[in-house]
Amino acid sequence: MLRTSLAEPRTVVLIPACNEEERIGPVVRDVLRELPQAQVVVIDDGSGDRTGEVAKESGAAVLRHPFNLGYGVALQTGYHFAHRENADRVIQLDGDGQHVPASIPDLLAPLALSPTEEGADVVVGSRFLGTAPRTSRLRRLGSKAFAFLVTRWTGQRITDPTSGFQALNRRALDHLTLDHFPEDYPDADVLIHLSRSGLRLSEVPVVMRERLGGVSMHRGTRILFYAYKMALSLCLLRVRRASAFRSGRALARDRQSKLRSESTPNSQTNRRA
Amino acid sequence: MTVPTESIDLLTLQPEQKTTAIVLSVVVALFVLELIRRRKLREEQSTLWLGTAVLLVILAIFDSLLSWFASLIGAKTAPSALFFGALLFLMLVALQFSIRLSKLTYRNRKLGQRVALLEQRLDELSGSGPVRGAGATDSSDA
Repeated sequence: MLRTSLAEPRTVVLIPACNEEERIGPVVRDVLRELPQAQVVVIDDGSGDRTGEVAKESGAAVLRHPFNLGYGVALQTGYHFAHRENADRVIQLDGDGQHVPASIPDLLAPLALSPTEEGADVVVGSRFLGTAPRTSRLRRLGSKAFAFLVTRWTGQRITDPTSGFQALNRRALDHLTLDHFPEDYPDADVLIHLSRSGLRLSEVPVVMRERLGGVSMHRGTRILFYAYKMALSLCLLRVRRASAFRSGRALARDRQSKLRSESTPNSQTNRRA
Repeated sequence: MTVPTESIDLLTLQPEQKTTAIVLSVVVALFVLELIRRRKLREEQSTLWLGTAVLLVILAIFDSLLSWFASLIGAKTAPSALFFGALLFLMLVALQFSIRLSKLTYRNRKLGQRVALLEQRLDELSGSGPVRGAGATDSSDA
């Protein structure tokens, strides 16, 4: 619908979910209604309930972690899947229903499908640019602090760096599937990483709902530990960059050139021409 | 109370202390060796433990070495120097555990992800369709 010319870009929608059997079904169906051509993938992060089965019945492919590995790792599993499936673009949203699939077109609009195209490689859906649900004072303060850091380090205004509602293109995906990439919690630190690797970030307002129930996967009581981990990760970033990051960039270059040579006869290059 | 403190040279081990240190460290060393023999402890994990035990024995037997070490680190008594050395080694062992744990966590995570991806692939290839739960099992069996 958005880009009807040429072949429809291969779109993979990643939905990490843990114990969301009551909420995952509607989320998957809403996404499929919004993007009928997309491949919807639910990453079942070691749920004890029927999350995986429900997702499958609703029409999603399911990647089932044998045990709980965490939100960030679930996303990374999804990135690897999308990479394997040669996705042109990836959309990620939470499995608890707080991200409204109707906002997906807004996320996809600024996304560039090739490096030469105008636009962004990563589009973050911000709840602060749009109509925000009421959140706790502590959380707002934390979000503000991270937003400040990310904005300072990326030179780009990002109001909601902890948003799990994002769209990525192939270029961003290549970076996110590098082995050494920080997989613990792909939020603010990942945005900074991506920005420093030369990827273009952008932010659009999206509608977010209050959770429909259940236990949040990564927020709540663990927020303090999360803040600590994030601060540590952000501080170490500058040091770690010297060694690990440079080799990562070299790796990315290798992989990209390999990909280019592999996909020459593929439909992927059609768009670039 | 019975022994006037001034008469004791604190920088050498008393015979009782010497015996205790030697016996304890020999017991630890033997226990570690026995664990390796029973394959309950991997060889590469045992190095620090055995090292600790052997060093304790050496320091206990050659107290002159211990007194030299004690004066070097500014310890008032030989036993405290011994404790210090043992503590240092234990800290190293603990750190080694943490490093190993981090590595295992990483590998565990990678394995979990790999399993998830392979399982999905298997599902796809075996063509069991989108539903592989509850009542769908009897449909495709030949």
